[in-house]
Amino acid sequence: MKRFTLFNITSLTLGFAFLYVPILILIIFSFNASRLVTVWAGFSTKWYGKLLQNEAFLDAAWVTLKVGILSSCIATVLGTAAAMVMVRSGKFFGRTLFSGMIYAPLVMPEVITGLSLLLLFISLGVERGVMTIVLAHATFSMCYVSVVVSSRLVSFDQSLEEAALDLGCSQFDAFKSVTLPIIAPAVISGWLLAFTLSLDDLVIASFTTGPSATTLPIKIYSAVRLGVSPEINALSTLLIGAVTIGVITASLVTKRAAVHRKRHEEMARQAEG
Amino acid sequence: MRRAFIISIPYLWLVALFLIPFAIVFKLSLSDPAVAIPPYVPTLDLSTGWTGFKDFLSQLDMENFIWLTEDNLYWKAYLSSVKIAFFSTVFTLLIGFPIAYGMAQAPKEWQATLMMLIILPFWTSFLIRVYAWMGILSNEGFLNQFLLWTGFISEPLQIINTNIAVYIGIVYTYLPFMVLPIYATLEKLDPSYLEAAEDLGCSRTSAFWSVTAPLSKPGVIAGCFLVFIPVVGEFVIPSLLGGSRTLMIGKVLWDEFFSNRDWPVASAVAVILLLILVIPIILFQKQQERAQEAES
Repeated sequence: MKRFTLFNITSLTLGFAFLYVPILILIIFSFNASRLVTVWAGFSTKWYGKLLQNEAFLDAAWVTLKVGILSSCIATVLGTAAAMVMVRSGKFFGRTLFSGMIYAPLVMPEVITGLSLLLLFISLGVERGVMTIVLAHATFSMCYVSVVVSSRLVSFDQSLEEAALDLGCSQFDAFKSVTLPIIAPAVISGWLLAFTLSLDDLVIASFTTGPSATTLPIKIYSAVRLGVSPEINALSTLLIGAVTIGVITASLVTKRAAVHRKRHEEMARQAEG
Repeated sequence: MRRAFIISIPYLWLVALFLIPFAIVFKLSLSDPAVAIPPYVPTLDLSTGWTGFKDFLSQLDMENFIWLTEDNLYWKAYLSSVKIAFFSTVFTLLIGFPIAYGMAQAPKEWQATLMMLIILPFWTSFLIRVYAWMGILSNEGFLNQFLLWTGFISEPLQIINTNIAVYIGIVYTYLPFMVLPIYATLEKLDPSYLEAAEDLGCSRTSAFWSVTAPLSKPGVIAGCFLVFIPVVGEFVIPSLLGGSRTLMIGKVLWDEFFSNRDWPVASAVAVILLLILVIPIILFQKQQERAQEAES
């Protein structure tokens, strides 16, 4: 049956080494006492101290967080609605166009999306800043949410929802108390995906922002263009740490939710029998 | 009624913020640059009625596209972007497939962990992962120090600011996009097919080529699209790891827009990039729809 062969172990080890060694080197050198990033000169946490005193980075972090939370919430609502449309609505006028608009942003080069949104905001005369970045991020991340949620919806037994409707639920109630709890893990991971996409984005934010709002990636990019610096290593380490904790927590929570659901189903079956 | 309402909200949102912006890019690509805010003419002024609209139309022309065809830089940039995207897709597939295969073959209790290990870098900032390579590939960087130490080379290799660094950066950052769809198809593959092939006298290698490889095709195709299409327009990697001789159209567009402030030419560059990508994008959409239908 399934087992590790020598070939598989080798390809996995090399593959994961390729993925993780660069990140490990980056983390190690954030604790380097020397300003030279490539020469080890002893352990120090001074770059973290420097970082926390850097107002510009802290401001940018705050803007990024605001944009991330707002845009991912909008994207989750729109993306879930779009997934319901894609999976449930059958044929309707303009369906091909709709599905094109859902899948195209997943692969569309960011420079095109960014440029086109900027031109839209300018021709509407909207002042650019936090709100325009939020709109831009919500637009492309809703497509990711929709793909994640659709993949859960297609494997979902629709008769459960029909049963709720037969028992007198309104359509909204049936969605709220039957469909939503079942697709909830996908909705949550969709939200997380939208949130990290927003935290991560440099190109679209650069196009759609104005002078009033600088996000963390924009700040990092302008610092990094001048070369490698230990402060950026420290900042990267903090971000990597936050993401790692977030992803592991999320996966533990969904695992526990799955165990819970299984137990409830088990109990329901016993009650029937 | 309710159904129409649910359809209309995401539909209108995407039309307003995805489709209409492209129309504006297209319009602007036919306009002339100007020293003004916004830096182009003509702007559509509907207050003057029909004559305003006619003036607007008469000022549109193909000048920017002619300019693009006359200047060698742009053609070279398009060609080299497609070339870089093609080869990095091939490299990503060659590295990604064995990883996905190893994951799918691993014992069940390991698979969740392996999956997590592939997804984790994917959630980690793209910019940071590219930045990590800047420190490794630079002349005094980790790789050169290591190679000098082992004695393979006597003086540092110039890797950063070359196309090699760009390839490394692309393969590294896009690897999860290749591994995940391939793993998803391989994991669903029924092992009894392979057993049947072996019972019928196939060697393990020929069983792989006649059973596993064809059945993993949807995953491989999806992975290739997910890498190729965005890489053609990639900006961050050539800008941080590439040098002055790395020509990629995403960077040309960025410079045209932010440094030269020639918005009409930037828009024309974007329109042609979109024309190059429109066929792969449509194929990708069809493929995704088929995969979803197969699921349900």
